[in-house]
Amino acid sequence: MNGAHDLGGMHGFGRINAEPEGEEPVFHADWEKHVFGLVRAVGALGKWNSDVSRHARERQHPLDYLQHSYYLRFPSTPCNLAPSK
Amino acid sequence: LRVKALESLLVEKGLVDPAAIDLLIDAYETKIGPRNGARVVAHAWVDPDFKAWLLRDATAAIASLGYTGREGEHLKVVENTPQVQNLVVCTLCSCYPWPVLGLPPVWYKSAPYRARAVADPRGVLKEFGLELGNDVEIRVWDSTSEMRYLVLPERPARTEGWSEAQLAALVTRNAMIGVERAKSPREVVQPS
Repeated sequence: MNGAHDLGGMHGFGRINAEPEGEEPVFHADWEKHVFGLVRAVGALGKWNSDVSRHARERQHPLDYLQHSYYLRFPSTPCNLAPSK
Repeated sequence: LRVKALESLLVEKGLVDPAAIDLLIDAYETKIGPRNGARVVAHAWVDPDFKAWLLRDATAAIASLGYTGREGEHLKVVENTPQVQNLVVCTLCSCYPWPVLGLPPVWYKSAPYRARAVADPRGVLKEFGLELGNDVEIRVWDSTSEMRYLVLPERPARTEGWSEAQLAALVTRNAMIGVERAKSPREVVQPS
């Protein structure tokens, strides 16, 4: 399905402004670590696969998708799917 | 934050072990990162048979060095030459070869990179400080959740006789994504 996640070639986002490689931490805040660890641990329960989880991420409202950073989008899988499992 | 509430709920229900969460965080902070990929590249630079295998079947060649796991089930290695610079992006998401590079940097997941890498790769490389002549072809590889790419940078000049550990120190994460070249010997302090 297409949507806000389909970013290839889109204009208007400006510069990339990459953090220098040597200075970038793996996680930028404690909550990011917990989002990551939790989503991976829940994923290991085997209730959904990567396609299901991508679909959950891509179903987010386009405004949310574009405004949120990666780790704010990441928990969309358990948040959207948990009630149905 | 919501994540705290969700974590407590799942732990309470016995679905998730907090120790497993800590273990996962620690693995990606300390063990699974771009040093793994650098060792793959350095090994390919000194061993032509391994390099041929790596270009033919990256998943198997990389697994032989012990790097396997989630988000690395199908890997492809693309080789830079004086005439070709490879660049990896994931326009739809942020697919990335975790076992060899760890978790992706923020810029790799950002909208500007995902949008521009396919439309203006030359401009993107320039922003990373790599200005290529018009005679150099840029090949852009758009990753998917199934297929993930690793760039094999060119071995820098004046590194004849170097050990794999010395060579690995020249291989940056960004060089394996394709936004820069491997470092030259002058740019690094050599490990003793």
